[in-house]
Amino acid sequence: MSTAMTTGRAPGTRAYLQLGIIWALLLTVPAWLPMLGGYTAIAGRVLVFALAAMSFNMLLGFTGVMSFGHAAYFGLGAYGAGLTLKYVAASTPLAILAGTLLGGIAGTLFGLLLVRRRGVYFAMVTIAFGQVCFYIAYKWDSFTGGYDGLRGFLRAPIDLGFTKIDIAGNETLFYFFVLLVFGLAVGLQALILASPFGRTLLAIRENERRARFLGLPVERHIWLSFSISCFFTALAGTLYALLNNFADPLGLNYVMSGNIVMITVMGGMRTFWGPLVGAVLFVMLQDYVSSMTTNWMFFVGTVFVAVVLFFPRGLMGMLQKRSGA
Amino acid sequence: MSDEAPKLEARNVSKNFGNLKAVSGVSMRVGHGELRAIIGPNGAGKTTFFNLITGFFPPSSGEIRLDGHDISRVPAAARVKMGMGRTFQITEIFPELTVRENTRIAVETGLGFSLRAWLNAADRKRVADASEEVMTMANLTSKADRLVGELSHGDQRSAEIAMALALKPSLLLLDEPTAGMGDEETYQVTGLIRRLHRDSKYTIVLIEHDMRVVFHLADRISVLAEGKLLAEGTPEEISANEHVQNAYLGKAE
Repeated sequence: MSTAMTTGRAPGTRAYLQLGIIWALLLTVPAWLPMLGGYTAIAGRVLVFALAAMSFNMLLGFTGVMSFGHAAYFGLGAYGAGLTLKYVAASTPLAILAGTLLGGIAGTLFGLLLVRRRGVYFAMVTIAFGQVCFYIAYKWDSFTGGYDGLRGFLRAPIDLGFTKIDIAGNETLFYFFVLLVFGLAVGLQALILASPFGRTLLAIRENERRARFLGLPVERHIWLSFSISCFFTALAGTLYALLNNFADPLGLNYVMSGNIVMITVMGGMRTFWGPLVGAVLFVMLQDYVSSMTTNWMFFVGTVFVAVVLFFPRGLMGMLQKRSGA
Repeated sequence: MSDEAPKLEARNVSKNFGNLKAVSGVSMRVGHGELRAIIGPNGAGKTTFFNLITGFFPPSSGEIRLDGHDISRVPAAARVKMGMGRTFQITEIFPELTVRENTRIAVETGLGFSLRAWLNAADRKRVADASEEVMTMANLTSKADRLVGELSHGDQRSAEIAMALALKPSLLLLDEPTAGMGDEETYQVTGLIRRLHRDSKYTIVLIEHDMRVVFHLADRISVLAEGKLLAEGTPEEISANEHVQNAYLGKAE
């Protein structure tokens, strides 16, 4: 599926097999993860980072535009959800909706200022906006909790009328809830990327000049891609707040933006599922190495450099090349 | 017929880059169904003139007319919609996509589907048929599912022309279509251009360095030198023209 979508080849048996394996593994996490010494919350974190990176990758891998400030939309999503739960209503769906809208609309408006910039200038302006959001969250103690982050909210059970789903107390149920949202989101992303609109993004990535001389309003399409990417990234941010019952100003920081880039590049930015693989690796390193040393970022960095040097197409890109998919 | 506006007309067009007069006072009329070649030594302003016609940048003075309408200030993307298809000196394609995908994107853009998130069966068929049609014209059907970046130079050029055709242009502008090609590939691309002109009746303007190609294809030739129009005429008139001999043809190119 992933190769098919990046090149336009019809998906083959191998792609369906890949899709089957990925979903089989994700759906059975609570059964096998404890046997490997993991815990279900860590799988939730993988999904959140994977969703953020896959959303970011719509921009980097599929439109060919580099943003270095996606933490802004991730963080806005998290704060939007947290603030809603804390000040408005104890409703998880409402929190998700509010956070996604906050981050997505901020990205959409900010994108208007961005679309004429290219390359490193584009990236620089995205960092600047991210840092502005970071400092607002960091300094506004009374509203956002400032340096300590936003606390004092809890994800609420989902009330379906006839029954309540206790995602607040039951970790496994919450994992499946996150997986459901993840599945819907990436399914929608796949549909967008396989549509005529999605193909125009590939065209811009491949050759902006050609795209322009096909009569394509390149700026408008980059803007839409940026906007869509921000909405999905904000959605990931809302899940992050629900996962931790906490919104962290560092989630808005450029370091977080860097993590999203790193996850995507390690996993393989020219593949659809690459960022998921990158997120597995990143969260594993973060979890296992940080229990041994506070300098865990050094090890993550080393692995990142090794992956970029030896598998320039990322882990997923490498797998696909090997198997000839 | 005589009072009908020409397909393309340049009226006293100039373009300055600072103090450099890249194009100065060029006038040209290209008739419907004509194949016009623009030749001239390197730095004569041929590509700049092309960029003015296609709206890559606006002229410093003068007018560009398409079917009698002044389009001098119309942006490039809108000129494409008015029927201008263009290929570039350096082949501009989507290298990591298949031939089919390259033409499909062009067809969808031409049909105004570029913002669609969904196509119904009828539209999908329309797109597939149209991209099949231009691939057939460019002799690329057997390579439809290969990545364009992996094809030969000649096939890449054909794919680029196929993409331009996918927009159903009424005027085709080709910037050095055989640049950097061996004899075999030159023959292949020349054949394609010839079919488009003779059989499909496209109006074509091309810049070309290979004189065999120019004299073989062109109805009329315009010679540019140092940004000015030096001469214009049929291939016979141009090869007999003394100024052109001195300025260009006599020198080894």
